[in-house]
Amino acid sequence: MPSSSPPPLSPPSRATVDDASLRAALDEPSRKPLSGRQKALGCLAAAVLLAYPFVFDGPFPQHVMIMIFLYALMAQSWNIMAGYCGQISLGHAVFFGIGAYSSGFLFATYHISPWLGMLVGIFLAMAMALVIGIPTFRLRGHYFAIATLVIGESVQIIFQRWEFVGAARGIWLPIVRENAWLNFQFNESKIPYYFIALGFLALATLAIWRLERSKAGYYFRAIREDPDAASSLGVNITLYKTVAFMMSAGFMAMAGTFFSQYILIVDPENVFALSLSILVLLMAVMGGVGTLLGPIIGAAVLVPLSEYTRIYLGGTGGAVDLIIYGALIMLICIYKPDGLIGIAKQWLGRRPPPEETAHGDA
Amino acid sequence: MAMLEVEGLTKAFGGVVANNDISFSVEEGEILGLIGPNGAGKSTVFELLTGFHSADAGRVRFQGRPILGLRPDQINRLGMGRTFQKLKPFQRMTVEENVMVGGLQHDADLGAAREQALTALYFVGLLDKRNADAGTLSTGQRKRLELARAMATGPKLLLLDEVTGGVDQRSIPALTELVGRLRSQGTTLIVIEHNMQVLMSLADRILALHLGRKIAVGTPREIQEDTLVIESYLGAAYA
Amino acid sequence: MTLEIIIQAIISGLLMGFVYALIAAGLSLIFGLMEIVNFAHGEFMMLGMYAAFWLWSLFGLDPLVSLPICAALLFCLGVATHYGIIRHILNASMLVQICATFGLAIFLRASAQFLWTPDFRTISHPIVEGRVEIMGIFIGLPQLVASLGCLLAFAGLYVFINRTDTGLALQATAQDREAASLMGIPTDRMYALGWGIGSACVGVAGGLLAMFYFIFPEVGFLFALLAYVAVAMGGFGSITGALFAGLLIGLMESLGGLLIDPSFKYVFIFAMYLVVVFFRPQGLFGRY
Repeated sequence: MPSSSPPPLSPPSRATVDDASLRAALDEPSRKPLSGRQKALGCLAAAVLLAYPFVFDGPFPQHVMIMIFLYALMAQSWNIMAGYCGQISLGHAVFFGIGAYSSGFLFATYHISPWLGMLVGIFLAMAMALVIGIPTFRLRGHYFAIATLVIGESVQIIFQRWEFVGAARGIWLPIVRENAWLNFQFNESKIPYYFIALGFLALATLAIWRLERSKAGYYFRAIREDPDAASSLGVNITLYKTVAFMMSAGFMAMAGTFFSQYILIVDPENVFALSLSILVLLMAVMGGVGTLLGPIIGAAVLVPLSEYTRIYLGGTGGAVDLIIYGALIMLICIYKPDGLIGIAKQWLGRRPPPEETAHGDA
Repeated sequence: MAMLEVEGLTKAFGGVVANNDISFSVEEGEILGLIGPNGAGKSTVFELLTGFHSADAGRVRFQGRPILGLRPDQINRLGMGRTFQKLKPFQRMTVEENVMVGGLQHDADLGAAREQALTALYFVGLLDKRNADAGTLSTGQRKRLELARAMATGPKLLLLDEVTGGVDQRSIPALTELVGRLRSQGTTLIVIEHNMQVLMSLADRILALHLGRKIAVGTPREIQEDTLVIESYLGAAYA
Repeated sequence: MTLEIIIQAIISGLLMGFVYALIAAGLSLIFGLMEIVNFAHGEFMMLGMYAAFWLWSLFGLDPLVSLPICAALLFCLGVATHYGIIRHILNASMLVQICATFGLAIFLRASAQFLWTPDFRTISHPIVEGRVEIMGIFIGLPQLVASLGCLLAFAGLYVFINRTDTGLALQATAQDREAASLMGIPTDRMYALGWGIGSACVGVAGGLLAMFYFIFPEVGFLFALLAYVAVAMGGFGSITGALFAGLLIGLMESLGGLLIDPSFKYVFIFAMYLVVVFFRPQGLFGRY
């Protein structure tokens, strides 16, 4: 037993007061409920999204929205890995391509419903994530990023030479006119594609929303912030990185299947492209990585920018759209590194008042 | 059976032997202080015990179980927690979320984990800062956060690496009292400290290291008067 | 498959390897200073090649003659990049830093395409052209000169970093930014210098390559990709590592194409990287 006792620090009466404060803290809900303003905005957004394809019923505006949903879905998938778990992948297109090829190949060759093909693609993508992850998760930071980069490039090269899946020509999906929903192919109108894409995006966003409020979500973020500290607190780093990677891969594969059914051509140039991996990264970061809505905002800004500038300014030789794109990305990185979501949060009134930095200690 | 039994712990980094054949034991409920001049190998002992480095030789038994070679998260799940000398808060998460990570190890259910977390925050006196981002805390507050986080995992043995390091004089008694309260709650502690006053009042026994070797172990009074210890800190002239 | 053909492949692989090594060295230098990977490095090289081309096309300057000008232009570009962009993102997250240089890469590549069209350009009849034969091995003279040039530049870089005061100041800034600035070393200027030198390296490589390589807006992509692999395999921050890895990649590209399969040679290079970092996660000479 210590021979001398430390000087008493706090007045005895503080004990009972603090007890009450503990109970009060426990009674508080762990998350602030959505404000009335946020709920109203949410309903408005939902209404707009549902009505949009009927109001703007030309194929191009619908196409732009579908592309926004598709890229937002991919950016959300990437977000799970990089934003929430802190593992930066530069080869995420690999899973997109596997999804596209799986369902595309099964449909073109055996006329298996692409919905089933999608499940196969998701499974294969997750398996690939497992296989890639185990040896590469020991790599930190940039080493891991380069590893994912070279794996992505390697897969593209392999598919370009693999005759079984059509090599460089790829797979050209047959156009079928009956059983549109079973065959996941709609030739008359883009509206079903619109709602399917929206549905996929909603699913991914919901998954992240649930993730934020789950044990895995906390563990992912702990790994992102400080893997050693996380490990010392009982977090099995490799296990959770693998889970994040597999989740992320699964959603990318979903996007891949959608793409193959929408465009009806699957070739290595398009589905395994490095530029796709980079675009997905850029959208997530520009919008706000590690947040629920950031990737959606990123896609919502960058996809129309790309589509419309290409029409009005670009074309094959112009490249002005990319000049603007590149400049915009640099500007956001310098002036709004938290992403556009920071601006959006101010509008939604959700940004909490800045905490006072404590002066002095203890 | 002692809670922790360490035999012949040895670790070399390149040419430097950081830990050389160190043996000691820790009884349940006691506070063991770990002292030694800089470079004596104190933090290395922690790194080896908690699985962050692999030992070259030796055996360690925690509650009868051999633990050398296990991963840090496995060791934590067995009931050993630690803090870091170089603080590692989860910067972009709030204080509450930080401690939740610890609490979730104890209780997979979010509600129960939160209760655990808030209780730990209350214990260290950071409850009112629970919604602040961890990156905004002062050093003393970060030390408390680190402590609360490790506590929330419900460890039976807690390894504290320099609790008072970098903390201003005024705040040391509060931290010292906090560590004392931990012990009275039933947690066994190994504490690395440079501040001898703190250890004098806290520790039941003190283990002294010098250049990787154990040179003395005993009560605080005995250590204070041990010639080898004095020599290691101040040189032979003062022994 | 005679011995001569294999030796031919080894030699041309090594020659190209020195070029890769110089490009990787520039990248490694920048990373060593501030832990930022310049994902626009390939585009910098492309600009170096275009600089050599336009100096030849408009003023009749041979690439060897305009080499110092190319290096100087790229040096300025590097410094400008630091002051214009990098300085503002030094404390941002790794992701933001990656995105910023990606944005720069997109911007530069698109600008090149806009200004100079996607057409392939070449410099015809440089001073150095043709082949030499040494003991039955044919070596393209421009390739040989380019390789020697890169080797010399690399050696110069090495001497500068390790033997001059400024080089030591750079190393100090790389190892401990705060301590260096407390010693009176102006950190910001060191960073700018690092960017300048790193970019000048890739400018030299580009200028030399312009002697015999096609010049077009996308040309930087493959070289940059191999450079990233070289830097990672050699160990981020290690100039020596960049040399070894660059040579290894050059050899692998040449021999792999010859002995195994030309269309998969890059896959083998990538596989080699994965094997190296599997056993040494910090690269061959890396310290992280």
